[in-house]
Amino acid sequence: MGENLKISSSPHIRSRETTGNIMLWVIIALLPATAFGIYNFRDTHAWLVVILTTAAAVLTEYLFEKLMHKPVTIRDLSAAVTGLLLALNLPPSVPLWMGPLGSVFAIVVVKQLFGGLGQNFMNPALAARCFLLISFAGRMTTFVYDGVTGATPLASIRANVEAGSSPLAGINTMDMLMGNTGGTIGETCVPAIILGAIILILRGIIDLRIPGTYIVTFALFIGIFGGTVEEIGFFNVPYMTAQLCGGGLMLGAWFMATDYVTSPITKKGQYVYGAVLGILTGLFRLFGGSAEGVSYAIIFSNLLVPLIERVTLPRPFGKGGEK
Amino acid sequence: MKLVTFRGGVHPDDGKSLAKDKAIMDLLPKEKLVYPLSQHIGAPAVPIVEKGEHVKKGQMIARAGGFVSAPVYASVSGTVTAIEPHVTPAGAKVDSIVLENDGLYEEAPLLPVKPAEEMTKEEILERIGEAGIVGMGGAGFPTRVKLSPKEPEKIEYIIANCAECEPYITADYRRMVETPELLVGGMRIVLQLFEGAKGIFAVEDNKPDCIAKLRELTKEEPRMEVVSMMTKYPEGAERQLIYATTGRAINSSMLPADAGCIVDNVETLTAICRAVKEGLPSMERVVTVSGDGVVSPGNYRVPFGMNQRELVEAAGGLKEGTEKVISGGPMMGFAMYTLDTPVTKTSSAIVCLSRDEVSAMAPTPCINCGRCVEVCPSRLLPSRLADVAERHDETEFVKMNGLECMECGCCSYVCPAKRQLKQSIGSMRKIALANKKKN
Repeated sequence: MGENLKISSSPHIRSRETTGNIMLWVIIALLPATAFGIYNFRDTHAWLVVILTTAAAVLTEYLFEKLMHKPVTIRDLSAAVTGLLLALNLPPSVPLWMGPLGSVFAIVVVKQLFGGLGQNFMNPALAARCFLLISFAGRMTTFVYDGVTGATPLASIRANVEAGSSPLAGINTMDMLMGNTGGTIGETCVPAIILGAIILILRGIIDLRIPGTYIVTFALFIGIFGGTVEEIGFFNVPYMTAQLCGGGLMLGAWFMATDYVTSPITKKGQYVYGAVLGILTGLFRLFGGSAEGVSYAIIFSNLLVPLIERVTLPRPFGKGGEK
Repeated sequence: MKLVTFRGGVHPDDGKSLAKDKAIMDLLPKEKLVYPLSQHIGAPAVPIVEKGEHVKKGQMIARAGGFVSAPVYASVSGTVTAIEPHVTPAGAKVDSIVLENDGLYEEAPLLPVKPAEEMTKEEILERIGEAGIVGMGGAGFPTRVKLSPKEPEKIEYIIANCAECEPYITADYRRMVETPELLVGGMRIVLQLFEGAKGIFAVEDNKPDCIAKLRELTKEEPRMEVVSMMTKYPEGAERQLIYATTGRAINSSMLPADAGCIVDNVETLTAICRAVKEGLPSMERVVTVSGDGVVSPGNYRVPFGMNQRELVEAAGGLKEGTEKVISGGPMMGFAMYTLDTPVTKTSSAIVCLSRDEVSAMAPTPCINCGRCVEVCPSRLLPSRLADVAERHDETEFVKMNGLECMECGCCSYVCPAKRQLKQSIGSMRKIALANKKKN
C-alpha cells in the first residue's frame, strides 16, 4: 500500500481565523464611521480623500515590496486598514495629495523600514497623521463643516477658556455625540464608532481591556481636573460629554489604541496601557498645547509598550501563591 | 451543578460524532506483532525470551528494567522471530520483540487472583506492577510508581481522568458507556490503597450519558463523586484537570502528589480492575480509528503489538488520497510517515485526515494579537517564547518560564498568522530540559 503521508508537528488542526480576515473585519467595523463621515462632509471631497488615501497605502506597500524583492503582502489587508484609518483621521477638506503622502510615510517609513507587518513600534496611521500635522499644521487643522470653516468643538472650548468667556458657550453636546460637528472624517459620530466596536467585540477581535480602561481613566481625569478650569468644576457632565465625544477619543480608543502590533500583549499590561493613554490624553488636553491630543497620546504610549510588558509579565500557572 | 474548568484553552470542532456511537469491536491480528521495549517512561523492559522461542498469549516476554519500568506481555501466541529496532508511532526506532502470530491464541495461565478486599496494599501494588500497567492516556508513566508516592497519607484525591478532550477520540467514552463498572472497580481498588482519599470521576459535560451512568453506579459509594467539567481542550491535561476538580494549581516542577492528587485515566483504571480481579496482564486497549480519511470509523479493542495498518484496514482502510495519519488526537498526536507501526500501551487513537490543512498554511509575521496568550493554559506568552526559541536564546527562554509549557498546542491552534508556535517552543524546551538535567 503506497500511501503518501504528510508529517508535521502537532497540532494538526487549526482555527479558521487568519490575519487577513481579522483585518477584513476591522475594515467592516470601520465602515459605519466611514459612511457617516462621507455623508456628513458631503459638501467636501471626503469620499475622495478616503479612497485615495486607502488606495495609496495599498499601492505603496505593493510597490515597496516589489522593489525590495519581498513577498507582496497586500492580501493580508493590513495596508488597507492603515490607509483607511489615516483617511478617517484627516480633515475632510485636506488637499487631495496630502492623504496619499501620509500613506506613503505610514507604509514606507513607519511600517516597512522597520521590517513590515508586526515590526512597527508605532501605529502607522497615527504616526503619519502626526507627521502631516507637524508638516502642514494649517491645512491639517482647518475644519470645514456645512460650508463654514471653523474650529472643532474642543478647540472652541479651549479658546473660550483662554479668552475668559464661558467655556461651553456655543457647544451642543448632542451634536457632538451624533457627529454633526466639524472634525476629521471618521471621528465625529460616536454611535457609528460604537457600532463598529461592537462588531469587533462580538467577533472576539478586540476586548474591553484597553478601550475600557482608556475611556474610564480619561473620564475620571477630566472629571477631577476639570475642577481646575474656571466655570467648569468637578465632574461637570456636559463638559465631560464634550471631552469624551470630541477630538477623536472614541475612534482612537476603539480602533487605534487596540492596534495589536503597537499595544501590550500581556493582559495586565493592557490595563496599564489603557490607563496611561487616559492620563496622557487628559494631560495633553487640559495642560498641553493641543485641544485634542489623542494621536499624540497613542503614539507616545506605543513607545512605552516594551516597558509596560516588561513589568507585567504574567505569573505562570501554578507558580507562587494560588494554591 | 456548576461546571468546573481552568483559564485558557480552545474549542476545536470535536469530530467525535464520527465514532461516538460505534460500539467497541474486538479485533484479532493476523500478521506479525511488534512489542517495543520502551512503551513507557523509565528504563526499557528487558527481553526474557529468545529468537525462535514459542510463547503463549499472556506470557511475559520482557521484564521490568528497573523500578520505574514495566514488563511487556505477549498478546497472542506464536514464535519470536526477532528482537530488533522497529519504528514506533512517535517516529523513533526502538528495540522491539517481533512475534510471528500462529493464530491459535493459546493462553498462558492468568496471574493468580483473590478477592481484592483481602489483598494488602503491597499485594495490590505488586499486581499492578507485574501486570505491566502504565498510564494509558498518553504519558505511559508506570502506574505502580505513580501509586507509590512518598507520603501516601497525604493523598486526598484520586482523580479518574474521564475528560477525553482531544477531538475525534471516543475510546474512553465507549469504555464508560459499555463497561463503567470496570472503571468504578478500578477506582475502588485504588481507593483501597489510600484510605484518606476521595475518588473523583472528572467528565466533560459533552458526555452527559457517562455522567449519569457513573452517578448511578457510585450513588452507594460515599468516597466517590462524579464531577462535570466544561467541555474544553485541554481539560484532561493533568495540571488543568487537578485545578478544575480541586482548585489546586501545580507547576512543571511539582507532581500531582504534591497537591494531594493522583490522576489515572479511564483505560488505566479499567486495566487495574482487570489485573487485580481477573489476573489479566496489560495486553490490550481500546483504540479509536476515526477522521474523514478512514472508510468506517469506529472503536476497536486490540492487542498491543498489532500493526496499525492492519487496524486501519479493519476499519475499511484509508480513503483515496488521505494525506495525514495521526497516532493519538489531532492536538497532541504524532503524524506518522508510515502506518507500519505497532499499537502500544499509549495508543489511544488513529486519526486519518483526508486533507492536511496545516502543511498548506504558510506562516506569516506575528501581529501580536495576543490570542496565544489568551488561550495558554500555563499562562505563558507563547509568541514571545517562540521568538526567543527561534533565536536559540536558552537563558531567556528559561527566564520566561518556557519550561512550564506542556505542549498542548492551543497557541498554534489559534494563531491567525499560522505560526508553528508549539513546535518552536517544544524544540527549545527539550534542549533546555536536557541541559538542565546535565547540570
